[in-house]
Amino acid sequence: MADRGVVGANLFGAQQAARGPLNRYPLWRYALIAGIVALGLLYAVPNLYPPDYALQVSADNATRPVDDAFLAEAAATLDAAGVAVVGAELTGRGALLRVASNDDQLRGRAALDAALNPAGEVRGFVIALNLASTTPAWLDGIGGKPMAKGLDLSGGIHFVLEVDVDSAVGKRLEDEADNIRARLREARLRYVRAGGMVREGAIRIGFNDATDRDAALALLKEDYAAPNYVTAAAEVDGRPGAVVEVDAAQVEEIEDYAIAQNMVSLRNRVDEIGVSEPLVQRLGRDRIVVDLPGVQDASEAKRILDKFANLEFHLAAKADDRPSELEEMPYEGRTRRIQRSIIVTGDRVTNAVQGYDPQTSLPQVNITLDSIGGERMHDATAPNIGHSMAIVFVEQQPVKQADGSVVLRNDRRLISVATIQAALGYSFRITGLSAREAQELALLLRAGALAAPMRIVEERTVGASLGEENIERGMYSVVAGFALVLLFMPLYYKVFGLVADLALTLNLVILVAVMSLLGATLTLPGIAGIVLTVGMAVDANVLIFSRIREELNRLPPQRAIQAGYDRAFLTILDANVTTLFVALILLSIGTGPVAGFAVTLAIGIVTSMFTAIMGSRAVVNLIYGRRRVAALAI
Amino acid sequence: MPATNFNFMGARRIAAAISAVLLAASVLAVAFAGLNRGLDFTGGALVEVGFAEAADLPSVREALAGAGFDNAVAQNFGAQNEVLIRVPPQAGRDQSTVGDRIMAALAATQPGVALRRSEVVGPSVGEELTEQGGIAMLVALGAVMVYIMFRFTGKFAVGAVAALAHDVVVTLGAFAVFRWTFNLAELAAVLAVIGYSLNDTIVVSDRIRENFRIVRRGKPVDIVNRSLNETLGRTLVTSLTTLLVLVALLLAGGEQIRGFATALTIGVVVGTYSSIYVSASMLLAMRVTKEDLVLPEKEAAEEVP
Repeated sequence: MADRGVVGANLFGAQQAARGPLNRYPLWRYALIAGIVALGLLYAVPNLYPPDYALQVSADNATRPVDDAFLAEAAATLDAAGVAVVGAELTGRGALLRVASNDDQLRGRAALDAALNPAGEVRGFVIALNLASTTPAWLDGIGGKPMAKGLDLSGGIHFVLEVDVDSAVGKRLEDEADNIRARLREARLRYVRAGGMVREGAIRIGFNDATDRDAALALLKEDYAAPNYVTAAAEVDGRPGAVVEVDAAQVEEIEDYAIAQNMVSLRNRVDEIGVSEPLVQRLGRDRIVVDLPGVQDASEAKRILDKFANLEFHLAAKADDRPSELEEMPYEGRTRRIQRSIIVTGDRVTNAVQGYDPQTSLPQVNITLDSIGGERMHDATAPNIGHSMAIVFVEQQPVKQADGSVVLRNDRRLISVATIQAALGYSFRITGLSAREAQELALLLRAGALAAPMRIVEERTVGASLGEENIERGMYSVVAGFALVLLFMPLYYKVFGLVADLALTLNLVILVAVMSLLGATLTLPGIAGIVLTVGMAVDANVLIFSRIREELNRLPPQRAIQAGYDRAFLTILDANVTTLFVALILLSIGTGPVAGFAVTLAIGIVTSMFTAIMGSRAVVNLIYGRRRVAALAI
Repeated sequence: MPATNFNFMGARRIAAAISAVLLAASVLAVAFAGLNRGLDFTGGALVEVGFAEAADLPSVREALAGAGFDNAVAQNFGAQNEVLIRVPPQAGRDQSTVGDRIMAALAATQPGVALRRSEVVGPSVGEELTEQGGIAMLVALGAVMVYIMFRFTGKFAVGAVAALAHDVVVTLGAFAVFRWTFNLAELAAVLAVIGYSLNDTIVVSDRIRENFRIVRRGKPVDIVNRSLNETLGRTLVTSLTTLLVLVALLLAGGEQIRGFATALTIGVVVGTYSSIYVSASMLLAMRVTKEDLVLPEKEAAEEVP
């Protein structure tokens, strides 16, 4: 470990160095450095291939498939509208048409929208603005990809939604309170009805006397035991009572479920907007971030995010139903008649999964309702065994208007009709489906209502022109700052300054490579972080070179180089470790711009340690290592 | 750089006076005038619009007032044809449509207006950020202190943290005095100032420690002076290169990055000063001695190869 110094050993540094050949790296070390540099170059290169502007067309409610004929027709449509198509291909997500500019992209979208989606009908195709990769296949094959641009650079909309998780917990408590009422009635235990049970985040039940309370408590402790619940005796409104609380871990689980469920619904909706690379991510305890790059119309995006879907369970028509009570709907090619009255809606569905019948191994969908839903289901199905039950999926569909704007229309669609074989309760199953049908039905059942209401608490829109300007200015300032430093270093440190320049350039390349590999997003503050890293990364070399200059006063050149690197090392390490702390703290508090800056800073510190110490040393060794040196150009 | 021999510490009392005045002014400015907190922290709405030609601000304001935004502030942002409109948060009102309504109001009366950027932040988000930002700063200072105590000694840790706190307070003070908008990006810059200033302080402290160990004779004040002179070249070169890139950011980076670059520029200048006159002076004030820094015999023996 020739380049590692320990403060205590510094006094002996000269002796230590005299034993081995001075300023020569073993071959493996050069190979290692060359290898890392080569990898850095390789993975930084994809950033030199800027993505093409593109339009991605995928079928939404379309009747015709997206195939080669479709592709040719779409390209012809664009040509006719004066939009030059640079390339057209079919991908897993539909047709991808590359165009020359952002302007062409917007005009192309309008032209395709006019041709593909007739006014007054449910939108058949989603036409998304996209950026198509131009990374060569061999680079793509080894995982090379350019850095994604943040919203402040690409333009787009950023939403933060707050999920009312308390209401999810509250709903759960209400359900359990219903169960408790039923249990107490069954056991003929009288409780105080006034005032409602769910108060202050717990179920509170008052009793007329302590005997009833104790009997009830014994009963409740069976159902509401640790670790999920905390059930205890307490005074409620001045009477003997019992309190059932949901355990903190369980509360967290309910919250997590609500957030996860809402994120699923959000992703479904975001797909409707026509965004190629949306980001839907949880933020902290109760927030969800939605980033929609390229989207410019905030009000349309908001309308679609607010769009809801729901389920309704109905009984199929019976012989004696009056026509006014019935509704007709197509199902599997036939018209089915169902009762208008609803048994339960989707917000009573707590879970729906595809499974298999343990006896027959045939696919089925297992549905779980909450207690109120279960009761209603029982009341409705018990007298109707042998009849059919229908499930209707209600969804808001975007409908294009004559003026090109989009409004939402409620669409109702029958997704299942099944014979009721027994009185159903809170848990039942639908059988007689193929595996695929079962899977789809379960998905639809889950995609229904939101688990908890949410609202937009933050919204940022960056126009496309501002995004381009930000990139231009950001890049210009990186280049200018970098050039200034590159000019200054050789002026001050001569040959060693050139070595520092080389190290600095490598640092930039490796920093870009690591950020690309990690899939980090480049933002405006991220660019500032790069600039700052450039400025600060020089510090390590400055420390080393100043030290070499000092050592030259008492040591011959070769030893001065050795001592300079050795003695500066610990200082550099201390300084960088503490800066890394700060970067990590920034990362832990920050989202968006702060995180972008912190990530760049943290990666930059690590890469600069490598290039400034090992990289520059390797070059210095190559220049001065194997010869007699009378004086250093420093 | 030729070997210098400035008597830095000779001026330490004057410097202490300057620092005290700066600190007092900054604390007063932050306490009484307060930071001009931006949208990220206060919540509210902001719309940046671009015009084909120079914007007619009075008519923009008229259009805003006509649409019910009496308390909106419209001003030029960077260029004559760009206008930034800020709407303060309104308690209990959903502001998610503010951006759309402002654009609608402007489009009706101002030909050629185009949306550049619009932001709406709920008040609760802002409150949380203020809290988190403060905590982050304290955690950063604490973590740094522990690390330096571990790597150096308690006296160095106190000196370093005093220097960092000095830099943060003076930078915040400048933002309060000049009423520059303080947003999340500026908070990031202040935290980066902590990182930078620390870098400087550690380099200087490292040399002071080294000299205390190897210089056999001399008063502490002379050893500190010598260390400062030895590291002066490096301190200036690093500050210069960092300032070079910051000036590039400041001049070329555009309006959105200006506050960030300003905060860092102030921080770098103040940080360079503080590594000399706050952390080193503090060491002397705390009567640092050789005994504080001489390695225990055992450890030294172990590290001899």
